[in-house]
Amino acid sequence: MTNATADLSARPLAQLRDEVVSGTTKAAELTSGYLERIAARNPEINAYLSVATESAQAEAEAVDAAAKRGDPLGPLAGVPLGIKDVIAVESMTATAGSRILEGYIPPYTATAVRRLKAAGAVLLGKLNCDEFAMGSSNENSAYGVVRNPVALDRVPGGSSGGSAAAVAAGMAAGTLGTDTGGSIRQPASFCGVVGVLPTYGRVSRYGLIAFASSLDRIGPLAHTVEDAAVLLKVIAGHDPLDATSSELPVPDYVAESRKPVDGLRVGVPAEYFGEGLDPEVRSAVEKAVDALRQQGAMVQPVSLPHTRYAVPTYYVLATAEASSNLERFDGVRYGYRAPGANTLGAMYRQSRECGFGAEVKRRILLGTYVLSAGYYDAYYRKGQKVRRLLAEDFQRAFTQVDVLVTPTAPTPAFRIGEKTDDPVSMYLADIYTVTANLAGICGVSLPCGVSSEGLPIGAQILGPHFGETTVFRAARAVEQSLR
Amino acid sequence: MCPMTPLDPIHAAAHEATAHVATAPQTVTEESVRQVAALANLDLTPAELPSMLRDLNAILGYIAELDELDTASVEPMAQVSELVAGLSAGSTADTPLRQDVLVPSLDRAAVLRSAPETDGVFFKLPRVMER
Repeated sequence: MTNATADLSARPLAQLRDEVVSGTTKAAELTSGYLERIAARNPEINAYLSVATESAQAEAEAVDAAAKRGDPLGPLAGVPLGIKDVIAVESMTATAGSRILEGYIPPYTATAVRRLKAAGAVLLGKLNCDEFAMGSSNENSAYGVVRNPVALDRVPGGSSGGSAAAVAAGMAAGTLGTDTGGSIRQPASFCGVVGVLPTYGRVSRYGLIAFASSLDRIGPLAHTVEDAAVLLKVIAGHDPLDATSSELPVPDYVAESRKPVDGLRVGVPAEYFGEGLDPEVRSAVEKAVDALRQQGAMVQPVSLPHTRYAVPTYYVLATAEASSNLERFDGVRYGYRAPGANTLGAMYRQSRECGFGAEVKRRILLGTYVLSAGYYDAYYRKGQKVRRLLAEDFQRAFTQVDVLVTPTAPTPAFRIGEKTDDPVSMYLADIYTVTANLAGICGVSLPCGVSSEGLPIGAQILGPHFGETTVFRAARAVEQSLR
Repeated sequence: MCPMTPLDPIHAAAHEATAHVATAPQTVTEESVRQVAALANLDLTPAELPSMLRDLNAILGYIAELDELDTASVEPMAQVSELVAGLSAGSTADTPLRQDVLVPSLDRAAVLRSAPETDGVFFKLPRVMER
């Protein structure tokens, strides 16, 4: 291993960038170091579905050349990153973890990735995930499970399992994931890294292969809160190509995260500490709350009374939207087409039957069912009504407190295969995360302890719409005190 | 039937294991699973039907917990823009519209490269009429 990569995870992302700009570290060496690490570790972890060796090296050399000329360089100059495979990058495959998109190369690049590249980042490749981001364990990928780098018999969480595992295993300085019901925060928690759910509308979804459009977000995963703040600053902001993206200015998240938490009002919702919560997780999250209290935050109990209805609401609304979004995979414009079908209808049915995996079919069927004549009011409309009640729970809580602290997941990483035969039990892995998606609010998961078996435990800090600055401030305070 | 890679071993094992588990109260029947599959343009195999039936009933049984809530006076919420829009600088409309101006679109050749079958100008399809 070269000197440039002697301790890949110990150096802040901003420092890597400054070293590249000053020439003390060569971007090309840094990238080679990460590519070597990928070659060494990916065969057992399976986080990367494709590695862009040549373009990554070319991008890194271009950064070095620019640094040598003294050209102005962006905030991520030479920083090697990985991208979840549901996000489009021109000239790289985008499979979404599905056979139906095997070999698909999109003709355009997602806005979030375009911004990373404009900031000087080097793209190492595309990261494994549950098929179409549907899953909580990364066991639904058509390209095989991802193994948790901390314990190889455990899942990395999902659906952004590859994005979390790549950071944890030192195979990227940071990554992009997506979060529709917990898919950034829960794997961040399982792998012991930081993951950010930005407010709905904060990061453009242009170029994200849609799962549930009213819930989907793109967000960063990284080693530290500050690294994640650097990445969010780059990818956030208005985009004319996403009509739901916000025009609010993007704050300086790093500067904001360094402000003290003295006087910050911290809410602890009782509903997130009830039955089913692993005692070790509870105790670690309580330590995170204590850390905030010791730094002058005012901690108080709050109630989010509709919490127990969040997961069933989510599985009505997310599957309904998915059944509609996934109609586009029909063997016509891209992706797999079943050979030999001699009518259009047969071609649709056979292509989808062969191209989609079991969980995707299950969700398409459920979503089609809840939207179908006779069931629309009982399920879909009911779900939309409960969604409002869940959002109002948070609105009330955020009049009393600035942030909420909860566990990210009820347990540490479970074993590969442990929950694959029981969809409802798998869905409950998202019990503390789905509500933030339904309400459109922001949050972060950060490591707050380790179980007796050595598995990472994550704390979730939630804030109101566009409350990222406060969430980062609280998260950094917890991180500093637990370090 | 599928000329592609079969389900990975983990899923294959899971499906075998669950075939014998007692089912939850029936909300959906095998016939309605077939109807929904047809609506969704999915050709379920005979082997998939029983596990999908079992799973859908289990999930719908769980979703039925929503019936405990009286929502008669609650307005449905399709998406959060109504909560978030008020926070947007300079945007007061609930549904801000972009200017109706022409902008460059994707290159036709680049788009057609991804398609299973084209004639260079259009996507090509099997016959539309069933007979």
